[in-house]
Amino acid sequence: MEMGKANLDEFAETLLALAQADRHILAVTSDSRGSGKLTAFGEALPDQIVEVGIAEQNLIGIAAGLASAGKKVFAVSPACFLTARSLEQIKNDVAYSDQRVKVIGISAGVSYGALGSTHHSLHDYAVLRAINNIDIVAPADNFETREVIRAALNHPRPLYIRFGKRAMPHLHPPGTTFEIGKAITLKTGTDVTFIAIGEPVAQAVLAAEKLAAEGISAGVISLHTLKPFDADALLHAAATSRAIITVEEHSVYGGLGERCASILLEKRIMLPFKIVGFPDEYTVTGSQMEIFAHYGLAPEGLAATARTLLHAEVTG
Amino acid sequence: MDERELKQKSIQYRRTVLEIIKHANAGHTGGSLSCVDILNVLYNHVLNVTPANFHDPDHDRYVQSKGHSVEALYTVLADKGFYPRSELDTLERYGSHFIGHPTRKIPGVEQNTGALGHGLSVAVGMAIAAKKDRRAFRVFTLLGDGELAEGSSWEALMTAAHYQLDNLTIIVDRNEYQITGRTEDVNGLEPLAAKFSAFGCAVTECDGNDINALVGVFDSLPFVAGQPNLILAHTVKGKGISFMEAGSKWHHRVPTDSEFAAALAELAQAEVNA
Repeated sequence: MEMGKANLDEFAETLLALAQADRHILAVTSDSRGSGKLTAFGEALPDQIVEVGIAEQNLIGIAAGLASAGKKVFAVSPACFLTARSLEQIKNDVAYSDQRVKVIGISAGVSYGALGSTHHSLHDYAVLRAINNIDIVAPADNFETREVIRAALNHPRPLYIRFGKRAMPHLHPPGTTFEIGKAITLKTGTDVTFIAIGEPVAQAVLAAEKLAAEGISAGVISLHTLKPFDADALLHAAATSRAIITVEEHSVYGGLGERCASILLEKRIMLPFKIVGFPDEYTVTGSQMEIFAHYGLAPEGLAATARTLLHAEVTG
Repeated sequence: MDERELKQKSIQYRRTVLEIIKHANAGHTGGSLSCVDILNVLYNHVLNVTPANFHDPDHDRYVQSKGHSVEALYTVLADKGFYPRSELDTLERYGSHFIGHPTRKIPGVEQNTGALGHGLSVAVGMAIAAKKDRRAFRVFTLLGDGELAEGSSWEALMTAAHYQLDNLTIIVDRNEYQITGRTEDVNGLEPLAAKFSAFGCAVTECDGNDINALVGVFDSLPFVAGQPNLILAHTVKGKGISFMEAGSKWHHRVPTDSEFAAALAELAQAEVNA
């Protein structure tokens, strides 16, 4: 796969280009313009960046007030702080009050690696899924990042977008279309389908290539929008594939996997199924990729999970 | 509206606040009565807010951070013609939009509040937007004194001063009581005026239940160019009904039938005396 840039860089460049054409677009930061790669934005458009200092609760409240007064607001801060420290502001000032802020969680999941659990966001899908009136998107590559930032501008509800800071491969062929709430099938597979969200999608693609070399037909779906959820994509995969593996950079509690499980069970669809994510334990120390490998989110681990699942199906 | 009319309005509002709380059998009686004179002067003398201009980008903004005193807000908005008074009979009833804290489902409400320590940041965002767009609208927010223990209020104050938001007016309903007891016994706030000054606000203190005093203070806005305005409004919790005044007993107590009758009798007498 051809490598692109970090989704974080793609976000910053896309936002700058959009903001240069529309003075109502604002970036609101909590001493996070450097982490958000928005230094160039601040230099180019100093009137369109609002700095609030290290105060994430204030960040979201101010963003809601700006949006209320007609501004198109991107509130940018590390996902770990945004979706915990300012969760009540997201719930009340943005979602409940229907202020259409774009809440941008940067360096999400375990992007901060060895900095530890204070800097990890492995809970954000779960807490935000349970809050009414905020949609959730985690783009997998530069294309999805660019498209979701563009789509965010006219999105009719508050929106949470999270991504990481490591360079990502390009996953989509030219001509691919992107729509919030509509999953993208990267590859179909009759034996197993990986349904993944965010940066683990690239890992699933590599796993599928490994499995193909062994004669196992593995599909990959980039389910970039956790809410609203594209149940049709899941049901189609379940109908055309013998097994489903969900992959997310998040706790196994309350995220993509449990969403898929609940839909399948309510539809009485029983098939080999596995949720790959982070177990309920103190997260191992390491880089993002080392942590992925440790918990089975790297291609080797994902391929092994697929083999085990398919073998269990055969042997019963 | 002259000051005599405003004083009559306050009596009328107190009556409605008690009526809707009694009817709903729920509500924040003490705090609604302490802040109702402030809301009266805001909506009848200060704010350029009407049902006709509410969606105009230049209308003044009011955010009630102390959302629990919603009965006072709903009462004033009904009087301003945002909806008929009769709709308030559905307050907190099954399926009603009149929730026990402000909600944008109600015409005239800018922002959903209720969790404390939120309103000031939202108001700061609105005031920054006005400055950026060079719009003349002003932003007002009402905070309870008890909610000042929420650190987010102080985060917002820092930002208000940093951005020199002299188009923002923060009113603190300093009734000195919260649900547990006196604010100074729960987690002391004083010296409040000095704290607000140290945070960069232009502070004016007044009797927040005195119509003339409130009119005078609001008429002198902005206090200092380049500084957020802070009105430390000294009020009495339960103001206007002798047996509800002071203390936290009436924080969210609903009057009994005899208390309700006695309260209405006091208001009727006040109307005669006014």
